[in-house]
Amino acid sequence: MEAIGLLMACPMSSYLEEELDKRFNLFRFWNFPQKQEFLKENRNIIRAVVGNAGAGADAELIDSLPKLEIVANYSVGLDKVDLVKCKEKGIKVTNTPDVLTDDVADLAIGLIIATLRRICACDRYVRSGAWKKGDFKLTTKFTGKSVGIIGLGRIGSAIAKRAEAFNCPISYYSRTEKRDTKYKYYPTVVDLASNCQILVVACPLTEETRHIINRQVIDSLGPKGVLINIGRGPHVDEPELVSALVDGRLGGAGLDVFENEPEVPKELFSLDNVVLLPHVGSGTVETRKAMADLVIGNLEAHFMNKPLLTPVV
Amino acid sequence: MASSQEKETMGEDLDRTKLPQILIHRYPPFTVPCKHRLLRKFQLLEPDDSILPTHSFLAEYAQSVRVILCVGPSPVDSRTLDCFPSLQCVVGTSAGVDHIDLAECSRRGISVTSAGDAFSDDVADYAVGLLFDVLRRISASNRYVRAGLWPLKGDFPLGSKIGGKTIGIVGMGSIGIRVAKRLEAFDCHIAYNSRKKKPCFPFPYYENVPDLAAESDALIICCALTDKTRHIINRDVMKALGKEGVIINVGRGALVNEKDLVKFLVEGQIGGAGLDVFENEPNVPKELFGLDNVVLSPHRAVATPESLQALEEVVIGNLDAFFSNKPLISQVPHE
Repeated sequence: MEAIGLLMACPMSSYLEEELDKRFNLFRFWNFPQKQEFLKENRNIIRAVVGNAGAGADAELIDSLPKLEIVANYSVGLDKVDLVKCKEKGIKVTNTPDVLTDDVADLAIGLIIATLRRICACDRYVRSGAWKKGDFKLTTKFTGKSVGIIGLGRIGSAIAKRAEAFNCPISYYSRTEKRDTKYKYYPTVVDLASNCQILVVACPLTEETRHIINRQVIDSLGPKGVLINIGRGPHVDEPELVSALVDGRLGGAGLDVFENEPEVPKELFSLDNVVLLPHVGSGTVETRKAMADLVIGNLEAHFMNKPLLTPVV
Repeated sequence: MASSQEKETMGEDLDRTKLPQILIHRYPPFTVPCKHRLLRKFQLLEPDDSILPTHSFLAEYAQSVRVILCVGPSPVDSRTLDCFPSLQCVVGTSAGVDHIDLAECSRRGISVTSAGDAFSDDVADYAVGLLFDVLRRISASNRYVRAGLWPLKGDFPLGSKIGGKTIGIVGMGSIGIRVAKRLEAFDCHIAYNSRKKKPCFPFPYYENVPDLAAESDALIICCALTDKTRHIINRDVMKALGKEGVIINVGRGALVNEKDLVKFLVEGQIGGAGLDVFENEPNVPKELFGLDNVVLSPHRAVATPESLQALEEVVIGNLDAFFSNKPLISQVPHE
């Protein structure tokens, strides 16, 4: 397979890079400042693209690579892949579901506790020497608070299961109500936000879900409500969110993703009721290796004419 | 008899002197919880707030005092108990009672109550939060973002998966069992050490902490501080836990040999720590400030309005029970 050209869209994992390098003719897209030139020269060699949450295969890239057969994603989200175009051209698409579900759900709960109990702010308080002058303020209990989840897929369900261990009543919004669940369904996100104290975004990013967290939802969540985003930055109208947090109209936020990563709105840096993470939802040694192995497994399966491990239906 | 000026100072009137008496034992800066509710039902004797010097105050009231409200970690030792020959009950306001001489109280037939379960959920939540913070590097990566380093230096180093880890709980009381229940939902394996094995719990029991540490990826310390548990987390435990091991302490600072812990952390002999308590609060060893694998917290595991509300109910419940000769709500068992 060494002759097969594979384009890696951006740096994502040195382990994955090394392994792909051994198996394919690997092109690191970020090493070519003249991207158009590069694509022209190699258009007939590249048969696979590896993308992630940051960069994938949009219509322009797909059109530039006439020999493209497969887009293998190092993520579960597919918002950076033009799925319609891929279907049109018969290009296979794979992602990394299941292997990262636990890590992302764990992080959602970790973010909830860190935000409500101000753990990061407490740590900062101690390190600054302020504890010697007085106690840190009271924070807010997590156990028993109502949790509303947008999207009850693999990750949303995993979050629900974990929050239940903290005696949290669970409710959700989804495109359609799920028959086989005991959690309370709300037909709109505003309804959900009006009826929960902690709102978690756990749905895929599509055209319909872009800015699903808007001013109206934020107002419904209110000054005692907390927003947790482990989905994608564009799920949230970021300027509205920032304004609500700065004004005190929203109680707090735990954010792992942003509209324009790695840029994070600086107005949030001084707020104690906000936790800001650099997109680490699946960021453990164990899970990133499992994701990389899945990418490699899917590519090998494709080029050996075997069934794909995790094709996107 | 107290002078009328005295009565005014203490907010007394004739009715109030008929109310059951509670002596407030309070070291500054701790404050009496639910004072407004207490004042409606009880006569509060506050030697620290009286215009009388303490010995005069005590001469007036000490003989008749049957119950003390011990605020926060204000120490109750033999000397304190000697002042109150009619004392029958010490009502504490914290989960831990290491500041009360339980043996002396037992010897004198004095019951002691604590905060009971009022704080247990909050402490369990906090212990889990600290564990996740250390394993997934939440505070460290939050710092990284706030320092503007994400665009400059790229992705933050990876953390460690929570699921599948063995978490050793030291002290399987009301906090420990809640920690276990929460962590099971994350596919953690639970093991524990406690004074006695608890046959109704399905988790593996280890008779000593080094053995527990040898089998665990992380230890969560939530046992009571007593003579037997002082420095229960020592270098043997840390060696057994190993270089990837994590220690979370939401009990008391003195449960851990702090000097050894700092050494192990600085030398990389242990994987990380989340500490809400320290041996000499509010002093925290400065060597820890430069470490990214440590999360430091200013003794806030119980600090939510909900916990304080629950504490009020327990305190008032215990006082009501005492004065109506009913069983106390959260009596600390005699050793």
